[in-house]
Amino acid sequence: MTYTPNHSPCVEQNHPQFKELDQYIESLHLSPDDPRRKDTLIMTLHRAQEIFGYLPEIVQLHIAKKYSISHAEVSGVISFYNFFTTTPKGKIQVNVCLGTACYVNGANKVLQEFEQVLGIKSGQVTADGKFSIESLRCVGACGLAPVVTINHKVYGKVKPGDVREILEKFFIEEDKDVKEVSHA
Amino acid sequence: MPEIQTSEQLASAYEQYKQLLSTRLGTVVDDNTRMILVCGGTGCHASESEKIVENFQALIKKNGLEGKVFCSISGCFGFCEKGPIVKVFPDNVFYVQVKPEDASEIFEQHMLNGHKVKRLLYEDPILKEKMETAEDISFYKLQQRIALRNCGLINPEKIEEYIASGGYQSLAKVITQMSPQQVIEEMIASGLRGRGGAGFSTGKKWEFASKYASEEKFVICNADEGDPGAFMDRSIMEGDSHSVIEGMMIAGYAIGAQQGYVYIRAEYPLAVKRLEIAIRQARAMGLLGKNILGTGFNFDIAIRLGAGAFVCGEETALIHSLQGLRGEPATKPPFPAESGLWAKPTIVNNVETLANVPVIFQRGAEWFNSIGTKTSKGTKVFALAGKVNNVGLVEVPMGTTLREIIYDIGGGIKDGAEFKAAQTGGPSGGCIPRQYLDTPIDYESLQSIGSMMGSGGMIIMSDHDCMVNIARFYMEFIVEESCGRCVPCRIGNKRMLEILTNITEGRGTEEDLDELRSLSETIIDTSLCGLGQTAPNPVLSTLKYFFDEYEAHVKEKRCPAGVCQKLMHYKILPEKCIGCTSCARGCPVNCISGTVKQVHAIDQSKCIKCGACMTRCKFGAVVRE
Repeated sequence: MTYTPNHSPCVEQNHPQFKELDQYIESLHLSPDDPRRKDTLIMTLHRAQEIFGYLPEIVQLHIAKKYSISHAEVSGVISFYNFFTTTPKGKIQVNVCLGTACYVNGANKVLQEFEQVLGIKSGQVTADGKFSIESLRCVGACGLAPVVTINHKVYGKVKPGDVREILEKFFIEEDKDVKEVSHA
Repeated sequence: MPEIQTSEQLASAYEQYKQLLSTRLGTVVDDNTRMILVCGGTGCHASESEKIVENFQALIKKNGLEGKVFCSISGCFGFCEKGPIVKVFPDNVFYVQVKPEDASEIFEQHMLNGHKVKRLLYEDPILKEKMETAEDISFYKLQQRIALRNCGLINPEKIEEYIASGGYQSLAKVITQMSPQQVIEEMIASGLRGRGGAGFSTGKKWEFASKYASEEKFVICNADEGDPGAFMDRSIMEGDSHSVIEGMMIAGYAIGAQQGYVYIRAEYPLAVKRLEIAIRQARAMGLLGKNILGTGFNFDIAIRLGAGAFVCGEETALIHSLQGLRGEPATKPPFPAESGLWAKPTIVNNVETLANVPVIFQRGAEWFNSIGTKTSKGTKVFALAGKVNNVGLVEVPMGTTLREIIYDIGGGIKDGAEFKAAQTGGPSGGCIPRQYLDTPIDYESLQSIGSMMGSGGMIIMSDHDCMVNIARFYMEFIVEESCGRCVPCRIGNKRMLEILTNITEGRGTEEDLDELRSLSETIIDTSLCGLGQTAPNPVLSTLKYFFDEYEAHVKEKRCPAGVCQKLMHYKILPEKCIGCTSCARGCPVNCISGTVKQVHAIDQSKCIKCGACMTRCKFGAVVRE
């Protein structure tokens, strides 16, 4: 991937986000000789994604160095798990559950409606970086199927007709209340 | 929080705390004391149940009823369809679909004046009567709650309440009075089998791990509940995390492990939070850590998050993921009991399995063994979802029939539709058709009809669901989740998905159906792990029981359930069309021709099958076929 400093939250190594990550890694007391040191790698990647919003190459390299492992190992783990992303998400992350219970209750139509209204496909981000859509597998709230989560808030029993109304609020609110959050 | 250093201290802690539950268990009836429990599970939490608790607490304060009326969150009551749930003790009144603003009405009417709020009581859909207590509700009548015993009873964030329910007594009994060998024998005698899917004897698994000599061994709790539509493990962890911790400790004592890991899905933030609280509290009380209850037994637990990979529910893949690697499975043998985490003897047990363990030692293996069928003992929790009236968690003795679960507990099919199939076992399971509704459910019976127990997801489908499309849905899931390590799973399932997509889009041929069968056999025979070996099950079971639907798609290019969009046609019935032009005006692609007071027609080559014309027509002249 290409790394463009202007779009990245991490311009310098002494950036507060890196400091926060380093604090976490230090609390793990990694020892380069410990063959088991990697058992916290996934936890660290979760933390890093929480801090940065995604896992750009510079963050991967940083983590690889801290763990005394190769960049390939870190990158291999990231690419394996759906939860990790190497591209930034929107500030407002729309997640449509496509678990079976939601699916048989029409979740795919809800997803289509979000895609149509926002003009992007699942997995994409709007040009202004504000919205992104993802589909996810079962949040376990099947009593509320179909379920949509938008930045940690859960919307239950969503119908395609509700989509515009749900999004309206986010269009109006602009950025004032919307914090950049990691993948829910 | 005082430390508990001996089993005598635990016994006195129990005596001290048991009054916490007296109103709830009805052991002390005091007319003025009330306990309001509000469900704090994920579903109800999402519907602002925390706000309900806040409102009640403010009302208690305002009315000066502190010490008389209590309000707290609890674990999941299971009746998710009607959430948020509020239960009032000791009268056992069960309020459903409560909104934060309803708190004042419940408080004024019920707490202050002793009248029930009729409006918020559950109405039986058949009797059309309001049900006042939980016991009256058909959803609960056939249930027997063992794994879920504390869910909806105790506050999951308070270890005192777990101790008050008899918690950690089994651990005390096991580590002070029994040898590891006796513990294993008791587990084998109980007949408990793994609740994660395969149904292997839990006691046997522990026995294998105990036989390998090693300085280090591990207990892993598999909380990577990946089956879409299954949420029983989440509810147990959210509602009663301590029972899982206690189960892990007993397992640790039995096999000689000192370290446990809970591998939990990152999609369950609330369960992670509750588990963290529980571990912290248990440590603070000295129930986790070194020299537990003064016996010299050491055990601690760490939490590890998954990162969204279905295959990590498979034990060898899970172990790889715990080691910070890609979650790819390994060939077995060696089984984890011999060489697991860091190549040390390891047992991997599912959440529900572990939650059953403390009860077995509390009430005895014989008692547990008396519940269930010949081969499958105890109860099973099912996550009932899909097109059923009462979506929720149900725990029933093994041997309960599907009909009892779907109709008596589940309240029948939504919107008066017809039952078509019950899908159990998630992407590894199958679809059970109507003719097997009366089969008593256990591990063997489900397998014999082409499905499996799996972790307990049960998705009900009605005649509005297309079974070919469902098979395609599961295959899409598998293709996305296949780790790619072995060829049959990586490529075979992809081919299956292509064929199924062709069929649902009207490009299928009769040869495709044979091809699906032969591919399925190859994938089952040659895949490396459980994911691949069971991946074709949804396809095979739908081919077996719903072959007519496949035929209709292939031969007639028709979807009998009217789900597959590409196979649908909208048509205007000339005898009903009065030429109002409404449909033509609403068509986004302008494919409807006809002028005022003339019969309209749809140009099929341009139609995108959006259905706008059908919604707009007030005369029922537009039909879908």
